Amino acid sequence: MADTHNESLLACVDVSGSADGMPQLCADWFGNQVFWLILTLVAIFFILSRIALPRIASVLAERQGTITNDISAADELKRRAADAEAAYEKALADARTEAQAIAQKTRDEIATELAAATAKADEDIAAKTAESEKAISEIRASALENVEVVAKDTASAIVTALGGTVDDAAIAAAVSNQVKG
Amino acid sequence: MEGDISSIGAGLAAIGCGLAALGVGNVAANFLSGALRNPSAAASQVTNFFIGIAFAEALGIFAFLVALMQ
Amino acid sequence: MAGEAQHGKDAGHAAAEHGEGLVFHPFDQFIVKPMFHDGPVGLFTFTNAAFWMLLAVAVIFCVMVLGSSKRAVIPGRAQSIGELLYGFLHKMISDVAGKEALPFLPYIMTLFLFIVTANLLGLLPLSYTSTSHFAVTVTLALAVFITITVVGFVKHGTKFLGLFWVSSAPLPLRPVLAAVEVISYFIRPVSHSIRLGGNILAGHAVIKVFAAFASITLISPVAILGITALYGLEVLVAVVQAYVFTILTCVYLKDAMHPSH
Repeated sequence: MADTHNESLLACVDVSGSADGMPQLCADWFGNQVFWLILTLVAIFFILSRIALPRIASVLAERQGTITNDISAADELKRRAADAEAAYEKALADARTEAQAIAQKTRDEIATELAAATAKADEDIAAKTAESEKAISEIRASALENVEVVAKDTASAIVTALGGTVDDAAIAAAVSNQVKG
Repeated sequence: MEGDISSIGAGLAAIGCGLAALGVGNVAANFLSGALRNPSAAASQVTNFFIGIAFAEALGIFAFLVALMQ
Repeated sequence: MAGEAQHGKDAGHAAAEHGEGLVFHPFDQFIVKPMFHDGPVGLFTFTNAAFWMLLAVAVIFCVMVLGSSKRAVIPGRAQSIGELLYGFLHKMISDVAGKEALPFLPYIMTLFLFIVTANLLGLLPLSYTSTSHFAVTVTLALAVFITITVVGFVKHGTKFLGLFWVSSAPLPLRPVLAAVEVISYFIRPVSHSIRLGGNILAGHAVIKVFAAFASITLISPVAILGITALYGLEVLVAVVQAYVFTILTCVYLKDAMHPSH
């Protein structure tokens, strides 16, 4: 096949424009391909080693750094949250003791006031009682006096009505004798 | 291409392609049975699997090229 | 699928000339020709090979440089692609070749990105596939071979030759093993390049053969289904071959870094 259609002016191509033999084995084309291949590889190598790979490596490092920073920031926040919680618990306990102290103090004050008020009230009541008793005894005394007067009047009236003569002194002595008796 | 005795040679050389197919199938089958027995080790051996396939297939490709070159 | 229309034209042209119904020209897609004029291909001619290689450079520039130009801490889509590629190759090199091979990241990434981009661009219909040519793959493989050898000798001096002297083997066997190791060492660039070029060439040629069958009305549905299936396979092959080329480069680089068995 390789030497059947070699009248073509171009290497490795027969007159009809088809490949003459395997194009892979056409030595006339090697130089061109190798030249452009080396150019291509050098271009790709410089694109990668000068621009792309450093950039991607820095992006990846930056991302790793960001992740590390975020994790440490999260740890810091967590630590602060724990601190805040401890402070809150402490404040709560303090507040509770203080509240208990205030309640105790208030209770004591109220008890003292109550005792004072009770004492005062007792005193007042005693005073009032004494006063009332005095008033009662006065009333009783006056009532007795009135009874004597009424009895004398009544006795003299009775004596008069019975036709006797009224002897005031005797009546008074008899009445008071009777009342006292 | 037609009626040339070299065509017979090309056909004979192409038998190698079928043999390479047996080889590749053998590699893949053994990899698969091994991977099913021990799936945890399979991932680390994929590289060797591809290398084995490549070596087996390369020889078939050689035979194919010989067939093409007549 | 790739270059189907072009092939139909070629087939029709050839059929008219030879008076045949079915003509295969699976290799026409690999012809190197000047891009903007007719004539012979010189060393510096701007050919279709040059065009598709420079297009690969442009694609890589767009993904790796323009995609990451925002330097966003939360990446966008293009930047994610760049970062995934970076992480993928970084991990591959440190896993396979060791941490001290990481300075070779730009070099290996250049190879990987060029091969994967050229393979995938070659799958566009009517395109030209740079990596299907042995001139290209042999250059790539020789570049790897020379780099590995130079790095081995610079880092370890003559101790690098210990790579061929299997000290764990019994003494009488060692010369034999050394001969085998030397041969396999020099075979490496050959298999390395032909594996890549052959895979891509074979896939494209087979697709083209199926495309020629598609010109027969009776079997054209089968042929078109076959082309579709093969195209999917070729997308896989395009990526896997780039991966394999890169990982073998890393394996060879490990030999240069740690030559003792």
